[in-house]
Amino acid sequence: MYRLIESILIPVMALLLSLLVFSVFIMLSGSNALEVLATIYRGAFGSWFSWQNTLVRAAPLMLTALCTALPARIGLINIGGEGAMVVGGLCAAVVGISMNGMSPMVVMSAMVITGMLTAGCWVAMIGALKHYRNVNETISSLLLNYIAIAIMSFLILGPMRDPATLNNPSSFPIGEANMIGNIGESSIHWGLVFGLVVCIALWFLMRRTSFGFAVDMTGGNIRAAQISGLGVGKLIIITCFLAGAATGIAGVIEVAAVHGRANLSLNSGYGYAGILVAFLARHNPLAIIPVAILMGGIRASSGLLQRGFDLPDATTLVLQGIIFIVILASESLYGRIKWLRPMAVRHG
Amino acid sequence: MVEADPGYAGVLIAVLGGAIRVGTPFLFVSLGECLTEKSGRINLGLEANLIMGAMSGYGVAYLSGSAWLGVLVAGLTGVVLGLIHALLCQQDKVNDIAVGIAMMLFGTGLAFYLGKPFIQPVAPRLPSIELGAWSDSPVLRAALEINALFVVGVILAPLMAWFFRYARWGLLVRTVGESRDAALAMGINVNRVRLYATMGGGFLAGVGGSFLSLYYPGSWNEGLSSGQGLMAVALVIFARWNPVYCLYASLLFGGAAALGPALQSVGITWGYYLFNAAPYVLTLGIMIATSSRKQRFAGMPGEMSNI
Repeated sequence: MYRLIESILIPVMALLLSLLVFSVFIMLSGSNALEVLATIYRGAFGSWFSWQNTLVRAAPLMLTALCTALPARIGLINIGGEGAMVVGGLCAAVVGISMNGMSPMVVMSAMVITGMLTAGCWVAMIGALKHYRNVNETISSLLLNYIAIAIMSFLILGPMRDPATLNNPSSFPIGEANMIGNIGESSIHWGLVFGLVVCIALWFLMRRTSFGFAVDMTGGNIRAAQISGLGVGKLIIITCFLAGAATGIAGVIEVAAVHGRANLSLNSGYGYAGILVAFLARHNPLAIIPVAILMGGIRASSGLLQRGFDLPDATTLVLQGIIFIVILASESLYGRIKWLRPMAVRHG
Repeated sequence: MVEADPGYAGVLIAVLGGAIRVGTPFLFVSLGECLTEKSGRINLGLEANLIMGAMSGYGVAYLSGSAWLGVLVAGLTGVVLGLIHALLCQQDKVNDIAVGIAMMLFGTGLAFYLGKPFIQPVAPRLPSIELGAWSDSPVLRAALEINALFVVGVILAPLMAWFFRYARWGLLVRTVGESRDAALAMGINVNRVRLYATMGGGFLAGVGGSFLSLYYPGSWNEGLSSGQGLMAVALVIFARWNPVYCLYASLLFGGAAALGPALQSVGITWGYYLFNAAPYVLTLGIMIATSSRKQRFAGMPGEMSNI
């Protein structure tokens, strides 16, 4: 009970503090902070229209957050979500384009599976390098992001480019029939369902199975895990593979549900924002869902802020950065809030 | 000779010139990272220092008309970011790698936010020294146009090596980095030494950032820094925490990054975007080749357990 209250109370307090810091920042740059915050709220959750915008952005965030959250449970700080998303989306597009003409259901499944496998292997490589060569995973994952982006630029601006796309260089289309559509009448695509299902499934795996227990044990004390006979290397690689596979779906969605082709917007910062979501959710796949919706909302309000206040689109980046820093600083509060202590004693 | 054969010789010279131009920010950031890591702390947030330094340096140079004032302000911006980083890291249970990533996101956002008005204006550039004035070849002259900041960096590297070896403060930093317990037993205030080392490292990284916006590529835009700050961490490992090796490593990385543009300048455009990945592939290759599961890196400060 004490743990639960603490793990809700501290992030909420940290969020409020970040909003305060952000308000001061906005006031210093000469805008009305309350109005800006109200606009962020309206742009994120004010109407059905903004809810749709928010959920569309939350879907890839749920998936990219898993790229950091799962490896974090086993003790790795992986920031390779951006690259994994690019690799998954790019490979799915190759499959989608080359299978064009076959039954849409087959093409869609093939794209999703390809995206998951390729991105999964991409991130598994980071885990393998860490385990077998002790290569720092944070650095290798960042380097792989840039390598993935370079490969994407090469392919999309070169061999895969559809000459008809002049202003926004893109690959050939995967075909209208093969696109993953929207849910009912809304403008929310099925990617949201993918995000929710994957988060819940991985939560179950991580918290309710012996595999998840082994992962948490390795993350807590790798020596103890080795001594108890766990195959630490295998655990690390499987965890990283799952993280990458989840993120690969985000890339597939970007290609198959949003654009219908692969273009440079595969690299639009969802991977990096996912790191923040993961830390904010304290690497719990279930908590990722509300946090991703919150962050999706902040991203969705960016346009409204630009139009309403003439604030740069980087404003929401600043807000995200402040939240991240305050959340990390709040880590040192766990177990140290005095007036919560008596509860711990009472409830054990 | 050069005019007669603009092909491979041209590429070679362009890579050499590029190594110096592109390598200079690497040099400053890696020296900064080296200083911070010698005190036993890792700062992955130097990417933020780099980009904030680029933005503030450019802004101040434009507003004041003095490029050198811009460099100074860029360094001071880095000091402030280093201060924030150090204060956060000395809290209990706060992971310094995670703080670095947070600082990176925050600094990038802040630089884009504050730098919006400076995308259009043209700020004064840093002066350069023309070492190639004796040559008739424009390619060679362009390659040997060496920026004053690079010279500063070249002098700074051995100076820093001397500092770690002989200066009282340098020894203090190394003591703290090698063993926190020994330092505590000697009555050294560990957190304060690390605070200063992180701030000093932040200064250097900020100066490196100002080079990006004030000399090469020489303008402020949002795509200016692309991971150099984090690559510096890999570079310091490669350089075995030795400032003089940092200089060589920076030139090597700069050369790798200059490969794509150099090939393009002689008309080889195939795979231009693939060559952009060269420095990252090189870094990764070096990390894989030099890391080991069994033993720690030679020369690694004892308190650095994370890398």
